[in-house]
Amino acid sequence: MSAPAARPPATRPNIKSHIMRRRILVNRFILLLSMLAAVGGLFMLIWILGDVAMRGASSINWDFFTQLPTPPGTTDEPSGVANAIVGTLLMTTIATLIAVPFGVLAGTYLAEFGKESKFGATARFISDILVSAPSIVIGVFVYLLLVKPMGNFSGWAGAVSLAIIMLPVVTRTSEEMLRLVPTEMREAALALGAPYWKMLVQVIYRAAKTGMMTGIMLAVARVAGETAPLLFTSLNSPYWMDSMNEPMANLTTDLFNYAMSPYADWQRQAWGIAFLITMSVLVVTIITRLALHQRSDA
Amino acid sequence: MNRVQRAVAGDTLFRGITRGFAGGIIVLFATLIIMLWQQALPSIHAFGFGFLIDSSWNPVTNQFGAWIPIFGTLFSTFLALLFAIPLSLGIALFLAELAPTWMRAPFGTAIELLAAIPSIVYGMWGLFVLSPLLADYLQPWLQDHIGGPLFLGAPMGIGMLTAGMILALMIIPFIASVTRDVFLMVPQQLKEAAYGLGCTTWEVVRDVMIPYGKKGIAGAVFLGMGRALGETMAVTFVIGNAYHLSWSLLAPGNSIASTLANEFTEADSDLYLSSLIELGLVLFLITFIVLAIAQWWLRPRKMGADQ
Repeated sequence: MSAPAARPPATRPNIKSHIMRRRILVNRFILLLSMLAAVGGLFMLIWILGDVAMRGASSINWDFFTQLPTPPGTTDEPSGVANAIVGTLLMTTIATLIAVPFGVLAGTYLAEFGKESKFGATARFISDILVSAPSIVIGVFVYLLLVKPMGNFSGWAGAVSLAIIMLPVVTRTSEEMLRLVPTEMREAALALGAPYWKMLVQVIYRAAKTGMMTGIMLAVARVAGETAPLLFTSLNSPYWMDSMNEPMANLTTDLFNYAMSPYADWQRQAWGIAFLITMSVLVVTIITRLALHQRSDA
Repeated sequence: MNRVQRAVAGDTLFRGITRGFAGGIIVLFATLIIMLWQQALPSIHAFGFGFLIDSSWNPVTNQFGAWIPIFGTLFSTFLALLFAIPLSLGIALFLAELAPTWMRAPFGTAIELLAAIPSIVYGMWGLFVLSPLLADYLQPWLQDHIGGPLFLGAPMGIGMLTAGMILALMIIPFIASVTRDVFLMVPQQLKEAAYGLGCTTWEVVRDVMIPYGKKGIAGAVFLGMGRALGETMAVTFVIGNAYHLSWSLLAPGNSIASTLANEFTEADSDLYLSSLIELGLVLFLITFIVLAIAQWWLRPRKMGADQ
């Protein structure tokens, strides 16, 4: 009968170690899942980029950049997407020229004057919503705003819809970058007797320049890959454009049409475009990110 | 005018100009809603509230009901969140707590680069690479081993499941990076206190970090949801584009965005166009509500304020 008395001290650590072992096992299991998720994400990135590169790189040649598109099946003629490259560059540039001054000035208001006001809070809230708003609805809006009244699809309409997508991004980054400028700089400029607006234009904008450029470049990279807002604004065209007032070729709607077509040579061309767009967007994104990191290290 | 007056005038002018541009954003937003509403009126008058729940979409007879695309949008988004939330939490946890310090920045950048790939490239990849694999391997396996109403129909590769998977891939970087930032904002003392009591890493995450950051995490999820609801090109490639109402994950369907992408330029009657515009308005309002909730939860001063 002395054995049961001796038992409890012997079993208690056993129970404890049993629970402990389970906790450790659960912990290890979750940590493993977490690591797998992260590795999985990286794997997907490499898989997609690898596929796009492998299937797309072979379509990239001199003709790709210099020739006009050809109808499907015409393998004897040189075929390319030169007009779409020019169209995308043109519309993206015009969109940038519209969205950057607009967004920087609006961001200035949010950062400098409208910090506490209801008006500022409303504009900030709407910008945040518009950043993630469905881009296809922006396309519908610009269709109603420009295409329908003017009676035809046009490069202008495409550029405006891209500008509307860039605007909130530029506004919010400008605001954030302006807020990062140290108060001492403002005080120093104001103490020298500079009016507030001069302090902003000559001191604060310069101090925030790198950050704002980064935001702008990221916004450009984003709209360069946009398709949905162009479908009913710039439409598409197999020809060289004469002006911004007519339907304009661009890479993303080309990619859409080619990829959805049943023709093998068009689908090959689509992979080429996918490769070109993805690589351009990634290169711009990576470079601007590196620039931003360098700045924050310095 | 003396120097001071000039400076004051300059300030007033500059302030006025910037205020005008900030106001421009509000005007733009208001114009968007008013314009969509006005142009949707013929459809709203013709079909009333029934537009939202009617499942007939027939351009030939000019009968339009939006339930199939609305259902497709909600269903594909639900699937996307189902896949994306656990994966994003895992990735965020890895980036914030588990990964060796040197690995965090490059790994984080790689995950965020997933968000930089244009949506049309996801769509194309989904159609040409992912869906044949699903059709050949995953979908027959699901039918053989699980079966039931969720996996009815021919395994074609395209359909709701594929749309949900591609959408998940696209929103993971958004949810993961916001959640990582939320995890990083948990005060070190709280975590150390829990570790000091003998908690394992998982227990610290479950009982300290997630409760502390729950509003931020919810905001991140709603942000991802807002993105998934309005995503167009990727979904258009893989959802199947069929007016077909089914709970089967393998069945092709339609979403609001893909309907717009496919049909907007082909609308040959005013009522058809108006119905499509009303669809766009519905999509915009749904995403507006979801994104507004996300912003509410992600307000910086509010995060973890109840601690």
